[in-house]
Amino acid sequence: MNEKFKDHIVKALNKNVRMDGRKKDDFRKITIETGVTCNAEGSARVICGETEVIAGIKMAVGTPYPDKSDEGILMTGVELYPMSNPDFEGGPPREDAIEIARVIDRGVRESGMIDTKKLCITPGEAVWMVNLDIAPINMDGNLIDIGTIAALAALKDAKMPELKNGKPDYKNLSKNPLPVSKNPIEVTVLKIGENLLVDPTQSEEKLLDARLTVSVLENSDICAMQKGGNSPLTDKDILEMVDLAIKKSKELRKLL
Amino acid sequence: MGKLLLKNKEVAVPGEVIAEGMDYLPGFGTYREKEKIIANRIGLLFVDGKVVKTIPLEGRYLPKVNDVIICRVFDVLMSGWRLDINSAYSAVLMLQEASFKYIQKGADLTKFFSLDEYVVAKIIRVSSQNLVDLTMKGPGLRKLDGGQIIKVGTYKVPRIIGKKGSMISLIKDATGCRVIVGQNGYVWIQGDPEKELLAIQTIKKIEEESHKSGLTDEIKKYLDKKVKK
Amino acid sequence: MTYKKRFDGRKFDETREIETKVGVIKKADGSAFFRIGKTIAYAAVYGPRELFPRSKQNPKKGVLRCNYNMMPFSGSGDRVRPGRNRRAGEISMVTEKSLLPVVDLSGCPNAVVDVFIELPQTDAGSRCAGICAASMALADAGLTMKDMVAAVSAGRVDDKIVIDLDYKEESYEGGHVADIPIAMVPSTEEITLLQMDGRITRDELKKAITMAKKSLKEIAEKQRKALKDKYRGK
Repeated sequence: MNEKFKDHIVKALNKNVRMDGRKKDDFRKITIETGVTCNAEGSARVICGETEVIAGIKMAVGTPYPDKSDEGILMTGVELYPMSNPDFEGGPPREDAIEIARVIDRGVRESGMIDTKKLCITPGEAVWMVNLDIAPINMDGNLIDIGTIAALAALKDAKMPELKNGKPDYKNLSKNPLPVSKNPIEVTVLKIGENLLVDPTQSEEKLLDARLTVSVLENSDICAMQKGGNSPLTDKDILEMVDLAIKKSKELRKLL
Repeated sequence: MGKLLLKNKEVAVPGEVIAEGMDYLPGFGTYREKEKIIANRIGLLFVDGKVVKTIPLEGRYLPKVNDVIICRVFDVLMSGWRLDINSAYSAVLMLQEASFKYIQKGADLTKFFSLDEYVVAKIIRVSSQNLVDLTMKGPGLRKLDGGQIIKVGTYKVPRIIGKKGSMISLIKDATGCRVIVGQNGYVWIQGDPEKELLAIQTIKKIEEESHKSGLTDEIKKYLDKKVKK
Repeated sequence: MTYKKRFDGRKFDETREIETKVGVIKKADGSAFFRIGKTIAYAAVYGPRELFPRSKQNPKKGVLRCNYNMMPFSGSGDRVRPGRNRRAGEISMVTEKSLLPVVDLSGCPNAVVDVFIELPQTDAGSRCAGICAASMALADAGLTMKDMVAAVSAGRVDDKIVIDLDYKEESYEGGHVADIPIAMVPSTEEITLLQMDGRITRDELKKAITMAKKSLKEIAEKQRKALKDKYRGK
């Protein structure tokens, strides 16, 4: 990145001007639609500015982990489709895709959103596996936050398949939803120069010094965090970022 | 008798029959198949006497001699620089074309243009394999300091500049920003943050509505309204 | 037993409902959405752009590179494991071959035009939907192409020749089934993709191809309409 160009954008941010007309703490307009793909047990499409993702749930029956023999399993995958952005390349998932998947996964898991005990079929032998896949159609930044909203909407949309001879019968979905309760909202706060901002576009992400993703519950408790970027943060930075994340999480929660 | 199946300035799409009969001649963006003239690229139909052609609406930049473009330095070579020109092809700026001043062999080239810097340059040669040579010798050709670069569609550039620069003058006058539009779709803007934002929004609007006629008047009204606020 | 009426009530020579749109992926040079019944394909075109590794470059003309992929949750039944499998590899290749005859890449030697096809939802006919979307995306990217490429499957269900088989028809158990994906250049009627599995006679094949031609010309009109709609109104 050209330093002079970065300074120029930072100066604009100092005046609370972003180059798409937003203020630093504004999200882009978000729309959520559920039931968008008929072969998934649950799905959602979230559009936020020019970022658009689809999240889909496929359920399967598998064997539980030995240390959690009576709990179902959640698996989260994110693929950075080269269709969605010229910077993405084909091939096996890169580190950044894996990080996004793990951060979304951790937010959902640590919140206790899914009651995994209720996904047990036969302890030690068979449990439900919830495959959550997040697929960007258009990628213009902030995949973690937008992917999480899509994930929550898809998980809430999902219906359990009936069991037939120990196998899921995908043709016959029951009326039973997944055992989900909480809404762990993730908000990523970027630090560019001395500015904190949310919901970055891709060009803003390229300028970041540091970022902090905070997963926030209804009661404003935090259930997961991830720091990214090459610059360090002070404790003062972190608390300011957490405060901003909590404030924005309240607005985002209303969308669900 | 020859017959036109599309009206002038209508959008023609690949495979669409534009004219029938032998009276018309196929120009850019079209080809003849027996009695028919068919479009082979998305574009606005332009009938020029007997010649039927289309003006492209979409597509990546293909380098042309004498184009003044904005480029980004991405590699420093032994005796020159390699630049990104927003195309499938990169370009080379040789030492002797970099400056009117004499640059000694072995000098530290990053002192002149270093990585990730943007310059306004002119294309002097394009080979059959699209190898591109640039020059910095000429009026208006220079390094760009500060400001920011946005990308626009290459084929929207003529509309953004406007007839004899009318559109770009509108934007400059209304926003007080300095604006340079490269033929390759890179646009450089420098001004106050709020004004820069308005310039960017205006350029995006022109880009979206570039196929419409009467755009200059519409943009004038748009800017008047925005500036008054 | 004979197949008297199609499961979904269509006429034998009728495709499922088709929806077309271009410019759906903002960061791409060209993009398209193509839905036929419950099968949905997105396609994005990037390029011409620089091709690496250099050994793959062609100094005579640009290279067309297609990539077909089903999203993990797109299929009925089990989750589709991400990554390129043999099926996706083959479909990517035949997609390339079906599009190449119309695309002129002589103006961009050594470069590549990448086409990425993603399917969020499938109900048979996904490679044809992918080809239709890809062809629209190539046109939307402003590439030189002598015509669109339209694709649909024709085939046989029991004693009937039908167009655009859905999954239920493909898995019909009361008699022989043949599935024939066909892609065509509408203006010249040249066929650029032909595959088949199942069982069919020579005369039935002839009938299937004739029926497909009519549908393919209709599909091409819908592809072109989407391209024009991008510049209409607003």
